[in-house]
Amino acid sequence: MTRMRIHNGRVIDPGQRRDEVIDLVIIDGRVDGYVHPDAEGEFDQEFDATRLTVAPGFVDLHCHLREPGFEDKETVATGSMAAVAGGFTTVCCMPNTNPTLDTANDIAFVLAAGRRAGRARVLPLGTVTRGERGRELSDMAEMAQAGAIGFSDDGQPVWDARMMRLALTQSLSHTKPIVNHCEVPEIADGGVMNEGRVSDLLGLRGQPPAAEEVMVARDIELARLTGGRLHLAHISTARSADLVRRAKRDGLAITAEVTPHHLTMTEDWILGDWESTQLPRTYDTRAKVNPPLRRDEDRRALVAALSEGIIDVIATDHAPHRSIDKECTFEEAAFGISGLETALGSLVGLVDAGAISIQSVIRRLTLEPCRTFELPYGTLAPGAPADIVIFDPNAQWQVAAARLHSKGKNTPLDGHTLRGRVVMTLVDGKVVYERQGR
Amino acid sequence: MTEANGHPGIARAERQAAPSPVGTGFFEPWIGRRQVLDLDDFTQAEIERAFETADHMKEILARPIPRVPTLRGRTVVNLFYEPSTRTRVSFELAAKSLGADVVNVTASGSSVEKGETLLDTVRTLRALGTDLLVIRHKDAGAPYAVARHTDLPVVNAGDGAHAHPTQALLDAYTIRERFGRVEGVRVLIVGDIAHSRVARSNAWGLTTLGAEVTFCGPPTLMPATALAVSRRGGSGQLPWPIHVELDLERAIEGVDVVMPLRVQIERQDGNRLASLREYARDYGINRARIALAAPHAIVMHPGPMNEGIEIDPDVAHGDRSVVEDQVTNGVAARMAVLYLLLAAGESTGTRDHGAETGEAEGPGHHRPGAASDAPSILDRRSVTPARERL
Amino acid sequence: MAARVILAAEDIRRAIARIAHEIVEQNSGVDGLVLVGLRTRGVPIAQRLQRAIETFEGAAVPCGELDATLYRDDLFGGPMHELRRTMLPTDVTGAKVVLVDDVLFTGRTVRAALDAVIDHGRPSAIELAVLIDRGHRELPIRANYVGKNVPTAKDETVRVHIVEIDGCDEVVIANRANE
Repeated sequence: MTRMRIHNGRVIDPGQRRDEVIDLVIIDGRVDGYVHPDAEGEFDQEFDATRLTVAPGFVDLHCHLREPGFEDKETVATGSMAAVAGGFTTVCCMPNTNPTLDTANDIAFVLAAGRRAGRARVLPLGTVTRGERGRELSDMAEMAQAGAIGFSDDGQPVWDARMMRLALTQSLSHTKPIVNHCEVPEIADGGVMNEGRVSDLLGLRGQPPAAEEVMVARDIELARLTGGRLHLAHISTARSADLVRRAKRDGLAITAEVTPHHLTMTEDWILGDWESTQLPRTYDTRAKVNPPLRRDEDRRALVAALSEGIIDVIATDHAPHRSIDKECTFEEAAFGISGLETALGSLVGLVDAGAISIQSVIRRLTLEPCRTFELPYGTLAPGAPADIVIFDPNAQWQVAAARLHSKGKNTPLDGHTLRGRVVMTLVDGKVVYERQGR
Repeated sequence: MTEANGHPGIARAERQAAPSPVGTGFFEPWIGRRQVLDLDDFTQAEIERAFETADHMKEILARPIPRVPTLRGRTVVNLFYEPSTRTRVSFELAAKSLGADVVNVTASGSSVEKGETLLDTVRTLRALGTDLLVIRHKDAGAPYAVARHTDLPVVNAGDGAHAHPTQALLDAYTIRERFGRVEGVRVLIVGDIAHSRVARSNAWGLTTLGAEVTFCGPPTLMPATALAVSRRGGSGQLPWPIHVELDLERAIEGVDVVMPLRVQIERQDGNRLASLREYARDYGINRARIALAAPHAIVMHPGPMNEGIEIDPDVAHGDRSVVEDQVTNGVAARMAVLYLLLAAGESTGTRDHGAETGEAEGPGHHRPGAASDAPSILDRRSVTPARERL
Repeated sequence: MAARVILAAEDIRRAIARIAHEIVEQNSGVDGLVLVGLRTRGVPIAQRLQRAIETFEGAAVPCGELDATLYRDDLFGGPMHELRRTMLPTDVTGAKVVLVDDVLFTGRTVRAALDAVIDHGRPSAIELAVLIDRGHRELPIRANYVGKNVPTAKDETVRVHIVEIDGCDEVVIANRANE
């Protein structure tokens, strides 16, 4: 029997409505219970978490680990290492690999790779349509049995409304969510960023917010029609949030996620410091992401909707790329931001700005994602697996892209100073990450 | 008509007031400039200095042997990723008239076809001894990426729908030549604004010089913000300090300059126009419409023209047309840009081995100080920051 | 060492008058002559020569101005000179061109001016008239007409002031270190 104590940390666990300075006791990889910091006891291991925050390990419903097929961008091993360095103990990875995750075998491959890596729990989603081609449904029931925790054609939308209707109908039997990347291709029309002031300035083709909103509305109506399990991936506009708000008011069991970058950045990040300094525009390809960074009005509406609980979950959409995928023209550059390791720091920034509470942020990184995908994690109630993140909410650090654990160094936050940094991450009571040099 | 807000004039004024190196009077506005990427970061003084220089270049071009040895031994590379005749030839003539060696690299028939990336191509050209790079690319921002990743002087010869600064310079120069000034001149730009780098760069250049610019075109070919602002009856923020008017008859009334843009027939992918006939009917510049402009109004066109579509042949070749002047002025304006970039860019602000003219300078024209007073290379390059960001 | 006047207004007037006579004498008249002042102070001196010749010959010699900046061999890595207008009054092909400048020093300006003139046509001859020759030539160039030879140290500065530009006529010499 291994007994472990995390001493004198501030434990925030929305699943238990707990927020207090207390000692957490772990026995054999599971949470045993809580004791007063002054309590005596015999422990094999003890971590001093004084002035640190202790929370359930974060659960990311949306990331890209690129394996199989794009191992030069990321692997399950490097991606799950980046995950635990960012405080995530469970990551759900998208099936837009090469080949795409279409079969039970593909699912088993990723699960095995995750176990081999031995860091975060790696839970794959399967495709909705074979090869993400949008023509015929994948065998979702078989994949669900093999361990797929949801289905998505992410990277692109399930653009064919009939396919989406069938997928949602099927979800009634396997009960896993259908996760849609909402973007009407004909409206997005090849746009490489948000359509508006900045795209006009830069002469770049924009995709209007309506490209997302039209499909959000379609999917909500299809969920109403079928009763299927719909989860909206990375919504990015104020109107999308409104549509979700109305659907929830109608009692539909839909869920939605938002990324840290859509909560903290705007389209202006592509311009650089042009506005204030008249310096050359940067055309910063690292801020090229899909859905695109929007206006500040949208960003603020997303923060509000998250605060309100209209948006259920914060998910990273971690999308690692090689440097040459970004060191090119904006048009040619790949979409995506490497986000697992900067998520916490970005979100603590929002808390510092008074936009949202730390309890709410943790809830949407733990309890809510587990509810959404029906995962047995996300809380530190006695008996739960000891998936834990310990972080210093006051530690300032400068992002150095080159030192990220992820292979993807593509972050527009490179060089920025963030507050809030992971100190230690445990999965099943085992330390899978400990920050060096503290 | 729509009042625009948000003109970033403050930052511009600050740059104008920045302390200047000594002994560089003529070039002062251009000191520190390493690139011509767009006109948004040009001060009025810089543009006017380019015009004065272009005046001298025009004199050279009028000589029996229109060539000076100024840039002898320097290599200008025209790196063109997009087909172009007039701009490429114009840059080539400009560089050759200044005595430079010119190398033309086009995307077809080069290593670009073998998949070499833009930045690798640029690194190779730099290693081969390029002194200045003129770049045309189908992607907006491509010259910005190049400028960020190399210390070569870069001139943007057109990047996607974004900018075409030397075209805007020659347009403003031609207006100045015709009217003696640019300030207060009313300019109407008509057509496919959404995809026009000429319109965008002119919006910066002309307004910096005090002209009043209006964008006009069919709603499907207007930039998103321009359309939104005109739909809301003029409220809202535009990215450029210009006006928007969708109705050509209203927009053209009393203007001094009419500039129809080329209908990019090859780019009419998404059925943005019902038909070219309809475009000609609603937005073509013909005699009847010119009659609504000011009596002295001139017609400009960045070329190549689709006669009978955006411009009637009798207007294109009529007495109002300054299209040929634009072409001639284009060479002079580009000579000015090449000269100022290379000369001002390398000027250290002092020279100790004075030739006769040094002594002959009058009082108040001296160069005090030795080389130590000169701004360091680092100082000058600090105008192109953001390089460290990638 | 303070600045010292080496030619006063009257000296300058006499020197120009003498050069005017020499030019006419040397060329046996004014046929085919063209005066070309080098920017900046060569221009008013050329104009004075023109007036002087007109006074005693009764004939107007064409007079132009030339800016040789774009022909200089020290254009890069030094402070830049203002570009000024070049205006040649006639076709120089077949003409006898007299270049006029204020100070002859290294000879590099004259070298640039020779190239500039030749780019405009093929003169039958080119001559050079200067108000001051201060020595220290770096090129095999010699003036045909000199107002005054002034031995100088290389670090001294010779400055010609001309009424049209500087408000007075005088030539001063100064040690650069004391400027």
